[in-house]
Amino acid sequence: MPESTKSAIAPGMLQISLYRRLTDKLMTFVAVSTVVIVLVPLVAIFSYLVIKGIGSINWAFLTQTPKPVGEPGGGMANAIGGSVLVLGIASLLGVPVGIGAGIYLSEYGRNRFGDFVRFTSDVLNGVPSIVIGIVAYSIVVLRQRHFSALAGGFALAIMMIPTIARTTEEMLLLVPNAIREAAYGLGVPRWRTTLSITLRTATSGVITGVMLAFARVAGETAPLLFTAFGNQYWNWNTNEPTAALPLQIFTYAISPFEEWHRQAWAGALVLIVLIVGAVSAVRIAVRHGTLAGAN
Amino acid sequence: MTGPQPVVSQQVKAESKPQVSLLRHTSSGELADKTFGYAMLACAIGILGLLALIVYELVLRSQLSWHAFGWSFFVGRDWNPVEEQFGALPFIYGTIVSSLLSLILAVPLAVGVAVFTTEMCPKWLRGPLSFFTELLAAIPSVIYGLWAIFVLVPLLREYVEPFLGKTLGWTGLFEGAPYGIGMLAAGVILAIMIVPIISSISREVLSVVPQHQREAVLALGATRWEMIRVGVLRNARAGIVGGVILGLGRALGETMAVTMVIGNRPEIAKSLFAPGYTMASVIANEFSEATGDTYLSALVEIGLALFLVTIVVNALARLMVWTVTRGQPARGHA
Repeated sequence: MPESTKSAIAPGMLQISLYRRLTDKLMTFVAVSTVVIVLVPLVAIFSYLVIKGIGSINWAFLTQTPKPVGEPGGGMANAIGGSVLVLGIASLLGVPVGIGAGIYLSEYGRNRFGDFVRFTSDVLNGVPSIVIGIVAYSIVVLRQRHFSALAGGFALAIMMIPTIARTTEEMLLLVPNAIREAAYGLGVPRWRTTLSITLRTATSGVITGVMLAFARVAGETAPLLFTAFGNQYWNWNTNEPTAALPLQIFTYAISPFEEWHRQAWAGALVLIVLIVGAVSAVRIAVRHGTLAGAN
Repeated sequence: MTGPQPVVSQQVKAESKPQVSLLRHTSSGELADKTFGYAMLACAIGILGLLALIVYELVLRSQLSWHAFGWSFFVGRDWNPVEEQFGALPFIYGTIVSSLLSLILAVPLAVGVAVFTTEMCPKWLRGPLSFFTELLAAIPSVIYGLWAIFVLVPLLREYVEPFLGKTLGWTGLFEGAPYGIGMLAAGVILAIMIVPIISSISREVLSVVPQHQREAVLALGATRWEMIRVGVLRNARAGIVGGVILGLGRALGETMAVTMVIGNRPEIAKSLFAPGYTMASVIANEFSEATGDTYLSALVEIGLALFLVTIVVNALARLMVWTVTRGQPARGHA
């Protein structure tokens, strides 16, 4: 009986028809070529950024404010400073709330209400950034009656909060319960345990989440268009319109001037170096961080 | 035996509270605990509040336009700020067409990349490939737009569009002067931007298909492609569709890169070479210069519509990805 079954299956198994073998080869080829097709524009974007960017970057670009149209030279120093200002405001507003919400979700929110908050923050994450810009405009700009760095920071903070909340939650959940229980056993109150034990253990993971949220909003342009608005001069006042690197890149890219196009590439390179630098610095820090031990 | 050492952590949490207060004797510890708990709750409620605030502000500020035009706002083809006549159809059309175009280009590529990385890729290549994909997600859209203006658009104008016009011009989709800037450019740059999203979600979904599914199909004498088709793709179908819808959500709301290459003209043209306009782009371009309350209100109403559509699309996508990654992936009738 086993003999006959074996011989009945064997021919079909051993002789895979030419058609099936060719289809297999063809589909492998198709899959490899999709990878190539996807990689080409991506490699092109990076190489253009690096080549065009390095060719146009210089000391004046990093230290001077924009020159009037037609005059060569000048730079984006005020835009870099403006980005720092707006991102600083966004972090001040967004990071504490985001981490707090993350702590709630992981330590208190294992219930229906927690699920509701989780779903809401996923929804918030998907809201188009331009819509966030409208909301920041109608809440801050309309009340202040003028564009301001504060409004820009507020818009970016709204975008940071849900991302930080979710990553903080995930990182805190990685902390073993035994560590919390050990603290409770020593009579440490719950709030102290959460802050000094749980959050401390997950520090590097939480910081990674914050940096990823930071990197994401650092390049955002749409929500700044009618909040931070842009400025040709230096500004450190939170109540004044301010320049920002992505805004400046946008303005220069759609302008008809050769000199400004050159500066747009330089600005793009600076922006991407800042973002990729921040993200990979965090990656390295986490690899040698405390979280690896906590797992 | 009641168990002096509870194994389940929830019990410990529940029991630790009275113990702590017993040890402390003061009420300040309990007060601190309560305060801390409420502070964290306030942050969580803050998230709900933010969403409520977004909805409230959008609805409030779009009232004027809603009362003036009603439903005809969404079918009107006329966008004339001077005469205060506002119809959003050209923008809705532009958003839908550019997003669909990007999906048509991106989905086969993204799924191909995902299949390659999970099923065919040598191990040493897997790390760099996924790192590269992650990097792409970090590029701001304004930089995609910059690249599109100076590299993609000239390429389309000089080579791709004349070729398409010659070979496929008879369909009516590829006719007219090849400007480079237009609906096609927007679709292509959107496709480049959403490929990483769709492929990373698809990869995640493919990798949770149980190994024994693959082994079972291989044991029946299937070739590798047959194994992928029958054993992997069929099981992961819902999740991949979820990833595609998530990509769609991103494409619908994408602003900067599209604004920079779509041409920004509120017209409905059949040809993909013609310039168009999207909902997000019109807000980006005209919001800060909008004079008059009705004009501003009309723009906010477009924002509200965009917000509602993306929320529905995203919720749908999350649900579909969730059913695959957390539900039972292996189905008997597959």
